[in-house]
Amino acid sequence: MNDRTTLLGPRGRIAMFLVLAVLLVSVPALNQWVPPGSPFHLPDHAVPLVGKYVCYALLALSLDLVWGLAGVLSLGHGAFFALGGYAMGMYLMRQIGDRGVYGNPELPDFMVFLNWSELPWYWQGFDQFPFALVMVALVPGILAFVFGWFAFRSRITGVYLSIISQAMTYALMLAFFRNDMGFGGNNGLTDFKDLLGYPLQAMETRIGLYVASVLALGIGLWLSIRIANAPLGRLLIAIRDAESRARFLGHRVLAAKLFVWTLSAMMAGVAGALYVPQVGIINPSEFSPANSIEVAIWVAVGGRGTLIGAPIGAFIVNGTKSWFTGLFPELWLLGLGTLFVAVTLFLPKGVIGTLIELRLRRAGPALAATNLEPEHAGA
Amino acid sequence: MPAPDVLPADTLLYVDGVTVDFDGFKALNSLSLYLGKGELRTIIGPNGAGKTTMMDVITGKTRPTSGTVLYEGSVDLTRKAEEEIARLGIGRKFQKPTVFEALSVRDNLELASLGGQKLGVLLTMRTKEETRERIDTVLETIGLAGRRAVLAGSLSHGEKQWLEIGMLLIQDPKLILLDEPVAGMTDADTEKTAELILRLKGQHTVVVVEHDMHFVETLAAKTTVLHEGRVLAEGSVAAVRADPTVIEVYLGRS
Repeated sequence: MNDRTTLLGPRGRIAMFLVLAVLLVSVPALNQWVPPGSPFHLPDHAVPLVGKYVCYALLALSLDLVWGLAGVLSLGHGAFFALGGYAMGMYLMRQIGDRGVYGNPELPDFMVFLNWSELPWYWQGFDQFPFALVMVALVPGILAFVFGWFAFRSRITGVYLSIISQAMTYALMLAFFRNDMGFGGNNGLTDFKDLLGYPLQAMETRIGLYVASVLALGIGLWLSIRIANAPLGRLLIAIRDAESRARFLGHRVLAAKLFVWTLSAMMAGVAGALYVPQVGIINPSEFSPANSIEVAIWVAVGGRGTLIGAPIGAFIVNGTKSWFTGLFPELWLLGLGTLFVAVTLFLPKGVIGTLIELRLRRAGPALAATNLEPEHAGA
Repeated sequence: MPAPDVLPADTLLYVDGVTVDFDGFKALNSLSLYLGKGELRTIIGPNGAGKTTMMDVITGKTRPTSGTVLYEGSVDLTRKAEEEIARLGIGRKFQKPTVFEALSVRDNLELASLGGQKLGVLLTMRTKEETRERIDTVLETIGLAGRRAVLAGSLSHGEKQWLEIGMLLIQDPKLILLDEPVAGMTDADTEKTAELILRLKGQHTVVVVEHDMHFVETLAAKTTVLHEGRVLAEGSVAAVRADPTVIEVYLGRS
């Protein structure tokens, strides 16, 4: 009875955490303990690459939490990811200290270059790691709360919400491109040296960041599944499908949406913060509207509303992207388009959504028959 | 907001002089209506008579331009939000059945029973034994006990209507508003719906807005006829049917 039809059952959940555990252990083990000559050896550059996918997976999960569960299709989630990334980038910039090109112990290079004489107020505190860590979640969280408060209170839903979320990330991109914003303009923040005193180029640090990313993804999944299985999860599905019915039942629709929306933005911020030290740079292109749209594609490929599908979609699309761009670099966008069309045509519920559907159809036709066109239901 | 002296003690809802003006079009034109506790009331009227607007005003979806809506003698409904009004014990069933299709019948009822709970409760709560029993009772009442595990989306039209009524019942509302509950139903399902509504009488105040005169006769309740945003006539079904003005504007046409 408590086995929600859109989600994995208890056995599936155990399998999911086993896969995560394998992911957690195998990448460092194949890199560190398998000798470089062996075909099973994972080259050094692959560790932050997989780590990057894990961050994307967490970003995809955060979008599915609001889109799949509550029906809020954000096309601006890249903004929360980038803000988390910038918060981490600011800490990493302060860590450089006097090792920059200009050797200024206080000011990052780009500020010296712009002839700034002192650190802007909003850069204060970022030399402290705990402060930066709080900001990683707090900055996207506050932006999401304010944005969500106005949007949800005015009952902006559907495509209108998607458009204004897209406008939000676009506006932030334009703002961050400006040098006088104090975030490094179009170059962004880069040339990072170390994190908590550990050099970012060292393999140990990279593996530490990788492990932290997988753990963050695990915590994100655990949290999301808990929410989905609690009565709140059912309320979010109810809001997704019939918002005014939920309101007339006396439910606090605004509070429920705002809660999950803000939480999702914070999750995206954490993903961005783990991403930046692994790729070594954060710049305004991360706010680009196309990035946010791509996240929606990952979720659709994996299976919207399944939670577990979103990370899998992120791995599938980005894995394919790395492989494909290696082979035919100029054809990637065509490949992505083809993938999206193919999934829409042949797997409208995404990879995981289709698997769950098959499992349900075996369990009982009455349960699986909904939301399917008659010809599918008869198959 | 002064309550009138003449208001009988068992009045649950007091609608007085309510006007809703949509840019010059008066959807309600100084409408007055009194509903007693436990009363079953049917409301009929031609299209555009203001039946749905009246429900919108009571449930807080539309703000009246002028007039008074008092609930339980003192609560001014014109100043409350939809969710607050729902929490005060006013349940509404829409014309088109709206149930949560992706959730099971049982989960629909459970979610309805949690209406108005705080977020923290919704995050942590496990279903209480008491809630489970209430869900079972309501499932019996609406005749869906055998369909509890089915997704609401795969119910028939009639079953969805009953589930939606069940979702109102589980909240144990004082006032239930039903907007065309038998529209599009088969005769057999209409019959069952009438039985269900008659069983609710006495325990809840029930307002049924309906087009189907045969159904209104089956309910045999006090009937209010609306026309152009005002009350045209009020009384037993037979009295209303015999009223010459009612025949002229409404019944005569069908």
